[in-house]
Amino acid sequence: MINSSLKQLGDMLQAKKISSVELTQSFLSRITQYNPSINAYITLDHSKTLAQAAAADARIAAGNAAPLTGIPIAQKDIFCAKGWRTTCGSKMLANFIAPYDAHVITQFDQAGAVNLGKTNMDEFAMGSSNETSYFGGVKNPWDFNRVPGGSSGGSAAAVAARLCAAATGTDTGGSIRQPASLCGLTGLKPTYGVASRFGMIAFASSLDQAGPMAKSAEDCALMMNVMAGFDERDSTSLNRESEDYTRELNQPTSARPLAGLKIGLPKEFFAAGLDGGVASVIEAAIAQYKQLGALIVDISLPNTGLSIPVYYVLAPAEASSNLSRYDGVRYGHRAAEYSDLNDMYCKSRAEGFGAEVKRRILIGTYVLSAGYYDAYYLKAQQIRRLIAQDFVEAFKHCDVIMGPAAPSTAFKAGEKVDDPVTMYLQDIYTISTNLAGLPGMSLPAGFAASDDGKALPVGLQIIGNYFDEARMLNIAHQYQQVTDWHTRMPDLNLV
Amino acid sequence: MALSTADINKIAHLARIEVSASDASATLSKLSGILSLIEQMQGVDTAGIAPMSHSQELSQRLRDDVVTKTNLRDEFQKNAPALGNGSAAPAVAAGLYLVPQVIE
Repeated sequence: MINSSLKQLGDMLQAKKISSVELTQSFLSRITQYNPSINAYITLDHSKTLAQAAAADARIAAGNAAPLTGIPIAQKDIFCAKGWRTTCGSKMLANFIAPYDAHVITQFDQAGAVNLGKTNMDEFAMGSSNETSYFGGVKNPWDFNRVPGGSSGGSAAAVAARLCAAATGTDTGGSIRQPASLCGLTGLKPTYGVASRFGMIAFASSLDQAGPMAKSAEDCALMMNVMAGFDERDSTSLNRESEDYTRELNQPTSARPLAGLKIGLPKEFFAAGLDGGVASVIEAAIAQYKQLGALIVDISLPNTGLSIPVYYVLAPAEASSNLSRYDGVRYGHRAAEYSDLNDMYCKSRAEGFGAEVKRRILIGTYVLSAGYYDAYYLKAQQIRRLIAQDFVEAFKHCDVIMGPAAPSTAFKAGEKVDDPVTMYLQDIYTISTNLAGLPGMSLPAGFAASDDGKALPVGLQIIGNYFDEARMLNIAHQYQQVTDWHTRMPDLNLV
Repeated sequence: MALSTADINKIAHLARIEVSASDASATLSKLSGILSLIEQMQGVDTAGIAPMSHSQELSQRLRDDVVTKTNLRDEFQKNAPALGNGSAAPAVAAGLYLVPQVIE
């Protein structure tokens, strides 16, 4: 049952082969068993969770269930959920009880899904290993010595270890796709503006986007049907007609379901810096796509290398502004001892934020300060346009772009945590899509052997044009019809 | 350009984050590493390129000029921090938040 798809779980619930309370209990008991070692969840609240499950059972009994009604979903702890402690992985919000629901949470509630708990994450989503969390690192379920990636590391580990049916994540520079790659799951960052940011704790507002993390493309499509949609409370939410993200999945089967699809391979995604084992897996996946009828086109995204410097100006600049709200006055951490108001601000923020968050606030403050704004912030915004134009040019020659989601498989805990610049390179293949606002996803494409002989998951990235999520999901789904990488799960008793 | 400890102290003041004298040099070395990464941008010719602040060319939506928010003050004030300086009481009184005196 823990390996069942969302569709299978929904069918079982609606056929009353199992109740939501029973299903939820079985995930909660797995969490009780494995979470102490994996640390995927920050906050659990069995009574709230089981009350939602009971309500879902009543709704199913009344005959008005939706596809996800009664299914237990893990929520990244960046989403405010009314009455739930919502920490964003920070000491700053360690005691914060959200007074309202994020729009994404409201949509899951309306769908009748069950909130299974709040998942661990890098503090304020700043990190690629989950090691910046105030609540401790998360173990990669494939090898407990390794990180799950980040920032949505808790959600990724929870899905990989089958401690939830599916989870939510957010992606500012790769925070859904890189952990999906490192933990062997399917994750989608939608086009910027598709999912509402209301109630999703802000990091870099022009880049942040919520999306699903699940076992398969089909599961992600069902999650997208809940998560996407216009919300007037988010000024950047796009007012588009709603769409069914599963609509392309159920086409008649054929030997070459992707005949004529043009896949662009950017040479910059296969250059120095890419691990050899990862490259082999990606090449095999591309060969599989040829079998499915796709055509391969060589393309170039010449400004890829600049995406990291540009991101580390723009994201910290936006973060320094967004995180100025944490001042110890109305909520969040306040220093125990202070001399005056300014001292209270400075001490509360010094104590409440971890080292990486402070670094990024300081960098952001610097690049926005008088005398440096043009040289850094404006320059980065200009190069951001060049990066976005690279994609416009590339999509004249192909339908989707493929490559690795991350340059390596999961690395060991502690390996990069003291070297921020090396850590930042984890997102070399993902950041440019955030800067351009394009949708991107990662899906399991195989395993590569580590130095110490562990088989670790590798993710294939698919980047689509704006609003092409349904098509990307089908492209991933067709691959998952002829491969079984997405069905593999780690043996938690062996790691 | 190279940062100095004095720069770190100035930035920390602007950001309202206390950086102790003992942390300043470690902070300086980490920030210098990040800034040298950022310096790669300076080799790019961006003359005449319009800055891009957002991925979608959107103009700000206007909503009807009516009240849409309900008053959640009491709910919000449940999250007030402890007053500090020896008091564990919530930093609220009569619906207001308590901060150190700012006017003599």
